[in-house]
Amino acid sequence: MTAPPTHSHRLSRLVNIGIPYLWLGLFFLLPFAIVLRITIAEPALAQPPYTALWEWVGDGMLQIQVNLQNFILIWEDDIYLAALLNSLWVAFICTVFCLLLGYPMAYAIATAPERRRMILLMLIILPFWTSFLIRVYAWIGILKTNGLLNNFLLWTGLIDTPLHILHTQSAVYIGVVYSYLPFMILPLYANLTRLDPTLLEAAADLGCRPFRAFLRVTLPLSMAGIVAGSMLVFIPVVGEFVIPDLLGSPGSLMVGKLLWTEFFSNKDWPLAASLAILLLALLVVPFVLMQRLQTRIEEGPA
Amino acid sequence: MHRILSGVRLLIPLCLLSVIAVGHAEEQVHLYNWSDYFAEDTLSGFQERTGIRPVLDVYDANDVLEAKLFAGSSGYDLIFPTARPFAARHIKAGLYLPLDKSKLPGLDKLDSDIMTSLAAIDPDNAHLVPYMWGTSGLGLNLEKVKAALGEDAELDTWGLIFDPEKAAKLAGCGISLLDDPTEVFSAALVYLGKDPNSLDKADLDAAAALIKAVHPHIRYFHSSQYISDLANGDLCVAHGYSGDVLQARERAEEAGKGVEVGYRIPREGAALWTDVMAIPKDAPNPTAAHAFIAYLLDPKVIAAASDYVFYANPNLAATPLIDGDLRGNPGIYPPAEVKQRLFVPAERGDAEIRNLNRLWTRLKTNR
Repeated sequence: MTAPPTHSHRLSRLVNIGIPYLWLGLFFLLPFAIVLRITIAEPALAQPPYTALWEWVGDGMLQIQVNLQNFILIWEDDIYLAALLNSLWVAFICTVFCLLLGYPMAYAIATAPERRRMILLMLIILPFWTSFLIRVYAWIGILKTNGLLNNFLLWTGLIDTPLHILHTQSAVYIGVVYSYLPFMILPLYANLTRLDPTLLEAAADLGCRPFRAFLRVTLPLSMAGIVAGSMLVFIPVVGEFVIPDLLGSPGSLMVGKLLWTEFFSNKDWPLAASLAILLLALLVVPFVLMQRLQTRIEEGPA
Repeated sequence: MHRILSGVRLLIPLCLLSVIAVGHAEEQVHLYNWSDYFAEDTLSGFQERTGIRPVLDVYDANDVLEAKLFAGSSGYDLIFPTARPFAARHIKAGLYLPLDKSKLPGLDKLDSDIMTSLAAIDPDNAHLVPYMWGTSGLGLNLEKVKAALGEDAELDTWGLIFDPEKAAKLAGCGISLLDDPTEVFSAALVYLGKDPNSLDKADLDAAAALIKAVHPHIRYFHSSQYISDLANGDLCVAHGYSGDVLQARERAEEAGKGVEVGYRIPREGAALWTDVMAIPKDAPNPTAAHAFIAYLLDPKVIAAASDYVFYANPNLAATPLIDGDLRGNPGIYPPAEVKQRLFVPAERGDAEIRNLNRLWTRLKTNR
């Protein structure tokens, strides 16, 4: 039995629990409250470009202005819903591609000899040494009509007219999958290296073929890694702005781009804030579902 | 691409330099200007003359500048917005510091036509000094356009973009439009023979239908990417700013790959715009900003800038100092009969701009 909690024990517990909460409050709740407050304002030709929440109108009267028009506009104008759905769809497709590409890579790294693992991991992390923006710009050079890929394909004779890849939806998929692949590989790798290899030996001893052993043993046990990797890819891709803006077609309607337009071109901060809040609300749903799935996997029967 | 990489390599010594600079508390002036809008030696010349170190940030759309300005405490001393509708709106919102004209002795040399026009949005020219002016027209890959439409095709018409038949033939080698609803709508309206500044619903619907009809042939909507794409031969028709297209022509010549870029002001009419200098009211160093404006009012300095960026400047004393080729270029200094066909973008209310922008998003995404 431990000794009854002393004063210093309680203090250290308070600090241990307090710091994460303070962090959350300062860097999530406070900005969230500010954004929430802007959603109920009206755009105005002023600095900052929205109306004040309250105003003293004399005689001790406090007038509070709440404008719900933004949410009504988003609801009534189908372009916002279309953008949200399209962003979710793009994020879903990219997550699937990242998983299909990332799983074999993570598996190969996890089963490689110890000495080579570090080198392979380094190769995954190495691109982060270059700025994300520059790596996306590099794809412009690769994919454009007069670019590396087309010139190579023309040189090999595989095609005789250059392919239009840049400024299409395919370019967005390529850019996103490329950029987010490491976020899928790293949690999967962490998960796969923890798996007990004797389980596979036992399966083989009992006459299970390797592929079946993978499906029945490795895959279910790596579910937690799959969920973590998918969340790390799916959630940021929904709000992605840079890649669709640089590589996408004018028709690629994504919520990040729409947010930009409302914020920059329209100077409609309240509407932009409302969109951001809706996006957040929409992302909480898959996040909670996946979180629940992950807890069930971890607690479930081994 | 190349520029960015070399930029990164420059970054490390620059960071060290700025640390040293802070240590010395050297006087600085923070400029926020369009990309590629000074001559190569404009900034170094200012530092030599005044000892004040200019720090430059760049943007490629008025929107980006505006967002920073409206958010407040931008930290910039001097900015270069387009007069209409942007600077006009900023004046209404009270975002600018009135100029101290006693510190700007070169003001009297500026073109009085331009100053009168600016006084309509800035009474007594209290806040704005014009920097450069230009037009929005067509940047063409001459060889490819002629190959697609025939040797004697008319090139000075918005029909290259808005006539679906021609656009279909040009789509293969690439058409781009500016990512700016005011610019594109006024071009479509003027092609239809209507008032380019019309906000009439029937007119806007007609323009929207026109843009929709050619939408499948548009490769992208962007306000700066067309410069390198024209120069590389990746585009054959670009709706673009005069000086930017001429910069593309220069780059194509330097590259020597046989790409010949031309600029045309469409005969139906084109937008004439003026970029101005203004000091934000929360500028950290307005005195240095005045010094920088005074420096740019020097005919020699502004003539060198025009020579480099291919835009006309409003300084009449500078005109004789400008390179003869440039002065004779009808794309930069349009002859009188072309100038008659140019129109000035109108001021717009916030609600009108929002409606136009939302219509624009819908059009771009084909909904």
